[in-house]
Amino acid sequence: MIKLRFASPEMLVDINEIPDLGYHRIDADGSVHVGALCRHADLERSSLLATRQPTMAAAAPLVADPIVRNRGTLVGSLCHADPQGDWASVMVSLDGLVVAQGPRGRRTIAVKELVHGPFQTTLAYDEVVVEAIAPAPKGAPAGGYLKLERRVGDFATVGVAVSVDRTGDEVTRAGIGLTGVGGSTISADDAAQLLVGGPLTSDAIGEAAALAAQAAQPRTDHRGSASYKRHLVSVFTSRILTGLIRSQEEAA
Amino acid sequence: MTAVDEIKIGGMGASRRRVEDNRFIRGKGNYVDDIVLPGMLHMEILRSPLAHARIKSIDASKAWAMPGVRLVLTGETMAARNLAWMPTLSYDTQAVLATDKVRFQGQEVACVIADDPYIAKDACEAIVVDYEPLPVIVNPTQSLAEGAPLIRDDKENQSNNVVYDWEVGDKDGTDRVFDQADVISKIDLHYPRSHPAPIECCGSIADFNRATSKLTVYMTTQAPHIIRAAVALVAELPEQMIRIISPDIGGGFGNKVPVYPGYVASILASILLERPVKWIEDRTGNLISTGFARDIYLHGELALRKDGRILGVRMKATADHGAFFSDAQPSKFKIGLMHSAFACYDIPNAHLEARGVYTNKAPGGVAYRCSFRVTEAMFFQERMVQAAADDLGMDQAEFRRINFVRDDDFPHRTPWGFLTDSGQYGKCLDVGLEAIGYEEFLKEKEEAAKRGRLLGIGISTMTEPLGAGNSREYDILGIKMFDSAELKIHMTGKALLRTGAKTQGQGHETTWAQIVAHELGLPAEDILVEEGDTDTAPFGMGTYASRSTPVAGAAVAMVSRKIRAKARKIAAHLLEISEEDVEWELGRFYVRSQPDRGVTIQECAMAAYSNMPDGMEPGLENVAYYDPPNLTWPFACYIVTVEVDPETGVWDVLRLVAVDDCGVRINPMIVEGQIMGGLTEAYAMANMQFITFDEHGNCIGSNFTDYLLPTAWETPGIELHEVETPCPHHPIGAKGIGECAAVGGPAAFVNAVMDALKGTGVRNIDMPVFPDRVYEALQTGQDVSGAPPVRTDET
Ligand SMILES: Cc1cc2nc3c(=O)[nH]c(=O)nc-3n(C[C@H](O)[C@H](O)[C@H](O)COP(=O)(O)OP(=O)(O)OC[C@H]3O[C@@H](n4cnc5c(N)ncnc54)[C@H](O)[C@@H]3O)c2cc1C
Repeated sequence: MIKLRFASPEMLVDINEIPDLGYHRIDADGSVHVGALCRHADLERSSLLATRQPTMAAAAPLVADPIVRNRGTLVGSLCHADPQGDWASVMVSLDGLVVAQGPRGRRTIAVKELVHGPFQTTLAYDEVVVEAIAPAPKGAPAGGYLKLERRVGDFATVGVAVSVDRTGDEVTRAGIGLTGVGGSTISADDAAQLLVGGPLTSDAIGEAAALAAQAAQPRTDHRGSASYKRHLVSVFTSRILTGLIRSQEEAA
Repeated sequence: MTAVDEIKIGGMGASRRRVEDNRFIRGKGNYVDDIVLPGMLHMEILRSPLAHARIKSIDASKAWAMPGVRLVLTGETMAARNLAWMPTLSYDTQAVLATDKVRFQGQEVACVIADDPYIAKDACEAIVVDYEPLPVIVNPTQSLAEGAPLIRDDKENQSNNVVYDWEVGDKDGTDRVFDQADVISKIDLHYPRSHPAPIECCGSIADFNRATSKLTVYMTTQAPHIIRAAVALVAELPEQMIRIISPDIGGGFGNKVPVYPGYVASILASILLERPVKWIEDRTGNLISTGFARDIYLHGELALRKDGRILGVRMKATADHGAFFSDAQPSKFKIGLMHSAFACYDIPNAHLEARGVYTNKAPGGVAYRCSFRVTEAMFFQERMVQAAADDLGMDQAEFRRINFVRDDDFPHRTPWGFLTDSGQYGKCLDVGLEAIGYEEFLKEKEEAAKRGRLLGIGISTMTEPLGAGNSREYDILGIKMFDSAELKIHMTGKALLRTGAKTQGQGHETTWAQIVAHELGLPAEDILVEEGDTDTAPFGMGTYASRSTPVAGAAVAMVSRKIRAKARKIAAHLLEISEEDVEWELGRFYVRSQPDRGVTIQECAMAAYSNMPDGMEPGLENVAYYDPPNLTWPFACYIVTVEVDPETGVWDVLRLVAVDDCGVRINPMIVEGQIMGGLTEAYAMANMQFITFDEHGNCIGSNFTDYLLPTAWETPGIELHEVETPCPHHPIGAKGIGECAAVGGPAAFVNAVMDALKGTGVRNIDMPVFPDRVYEALQTGQDVSGAPPVRTDET
């Protein structure tokens, strides 16, 4: 932003020296807490996420490239509010929250409410985000993230995050976040809602994929045509969900 | 005593580690931007935001008033010194700083010279330019349309946007064989605009010293001597007072052959201010204004006999040159060496028509890792060959084999007049097919198809002309394309070698020493190689078009032989025998009848300074200028297998096999590195790289988020194989390898995807073969052609 002269801030605040913000942990209730200085690479290598938060675990290795992942943070990515940011759709699919802190104390903001346009957030000028939270799952968490990139380290042509909590066969909560197919991250609520209250069936998956595609607002650009991107949303949604049925069958 | 072991001394065939890497991997390289001179100022360029507009006025008063600003240059300042326009390498003119109109987005409009680059950049933004927008032309169709606005209204006698019309070959003869053909295979292709994008952008430091009248310019140039000549001729400075130094260069790939406005402006600024002026281009400046590559449309036709023989070729090419015809290429050939296409096939008749057009896009047409449009030629050739094989219903490998020039047909005159001299094309193809497991793959493909999976195999075989030139046919602006080497053997047997070439990553510091080691038996580590300083290096044409080893490398061998001839006389003197009785083995002269009586080359070197024979000039130094009798013709066969995902259009490379015959390999490790680098670029061109423009002439591809460079992470693994057919006319049998893979590679990838789509009705998807284009082709059963769409309001 600064290099391209889109932004010329008068002051830059380096938060790197603030102690104890590099953590990520999973509490007893299953909620995931990511500190503002936790790097993408920590999440990529996390054994906690790998076993207990599959949607985040699937996305971590697909954010940017290994060099950027060593430096960049999940919280920074959310605050950057780039419609092509991968973490935003993951957190949206998890009904995620951020904790903002400023002179007036702390407040919690839903990730869905954090962004109000490309590169614009609802944070006050004197607030920083100290933590991002994926709330406790309502059942066993499952999910995935699929991204089409032209090259490793490229921003998504299309990215789809799906997270599904289940008790037995029944879907108790679902979320679908879309990357790169609109002016900001899209929460495909209708598609997610359709999955809740029953088992994952191929019919339900087909319908959810179609609704997710409808929720997308892609534009034709040098990454691909609008119709192609919409089609991919459907394919990715369906592939992630079908994969969940398959792994459930394999586990059984 | 016996001869030295050539591999042990790092001679020919040794995979010697690159000596230059010692400094590069320690961060001790010395690039233009590393150089700091006392009192140095910094220059930044203000570029046009519009692609076509009349300049009504320029107000630089705010910039002049900013603290730290020393000078503002505009077109007017340049015009007052007759420097507003400069000649290009292709006999056109190019604006240095715009005076009348801007003709592409990113064109240089003004320069600010200030105490630091930040002030200069801020001051550029304070310059107010009043533009009157004009209609914009972004492709040849618009350019040639009736009533199209005239881009080059600065040129007398220019009434349309045509740069040239050029043809070669026998039109009537070719028409006749087309009349007799059983099948005519036709295809329309586009090779999209791409950019060499060296990691180091362009830059210069001009340092004019009023007291000595000497102008020293540190510059990112692949051809320092050509620059010196150009400065002498254009700026009318005495040539002995111009010193061009090309220090370490962070990649060139053809991008650093032309003269750019930034160089010229920094020189003028230094002359006016009498202080060193540094200009370092940023990434966007490099991508939107300096030499692009390709951007050619082709209509190709092959006349075929039912049995698979190609009877004739027709090619009709339209090249988009941007706003100025500033290609770097030999004077004689308007569309480079496009007519080297089909050189590996035995085809009696051929005709090529080419038309160049102006558009409101950056100028360039540089040979990006190729010898002047050879990349386009070979890509078009191999796409046409695959389409023809499919049209005949013939196996693509077999179709190539029956049309190859045979091993016993050399020397072979191509239909467009080139002379190829050696090769084993059939053998290379066999090695490749064997390596990939051709027959098994075809079976696997058939099986996979039954389960809805799309597998494909693509082949690209080609011989390309390298090593411009020979001086009969090749010149740039009239300067003949020979090259040179100067070798100084010190008395302790250590040596200094300088050539007229200029390494930018090719490893000359390593390989040239190996050639000397091969010729003289001196250990390679005892030879220091220097290039790039016009005050010390012998005159040469620089490094591009894979010409270093074919031309300068030959000069290195020849100068070593001159040295050896003198050393032989010294040896005769030391051994007290007549010269006829002296025998040579690597590193040592000996008495023919008494092989154990001898002197080493090092002993001869000492004697050249301490004990030379009566009447002999002291010293052991010499220069050789080498004018090659012909181009060299390496051959390559690249084979790629892919799987296409029918649901997404994504294609993955399964295997990539390369068989290269580049003649004798001086340093096999460096050769392999060149092939891998070239195939990486080929892969990128096939599936991700292009520069395009929206309808307003905005450049899409102005940074590395939009213009993608491949990385190790997604580049497929490469399996290397080799065949060696020495070049019959090169002193050490080498043919050049810098470019084969980038030239021959792209078609193999595209052919593989097209093979996977065989039977769907799709015959062509133009590069980059993005997944969405593959998906579209699969959905419609139609070709997907032209530059990918940029932005429409379709949702
Ligand atoms: C080459 C490259 C490729 C990339 N590819 C991808 C990709 O494929 N997918 C993807 O999702 N991202 C990608 N990114 C972005 C990357 O994920 C960054 O990590 C992300 O943008 C955030 O960077 P950061 O953590 O360093 O935050 P910064 O760059 O420091 O900050 C980003 C913005 O957020 C604000 N901010 C940061 N932290 C806080 C905070 N705690 N509270 C309030 N505001 C804050 C800053 O003020 C700034 O405006 C890429 C980046 C690069 C350079």
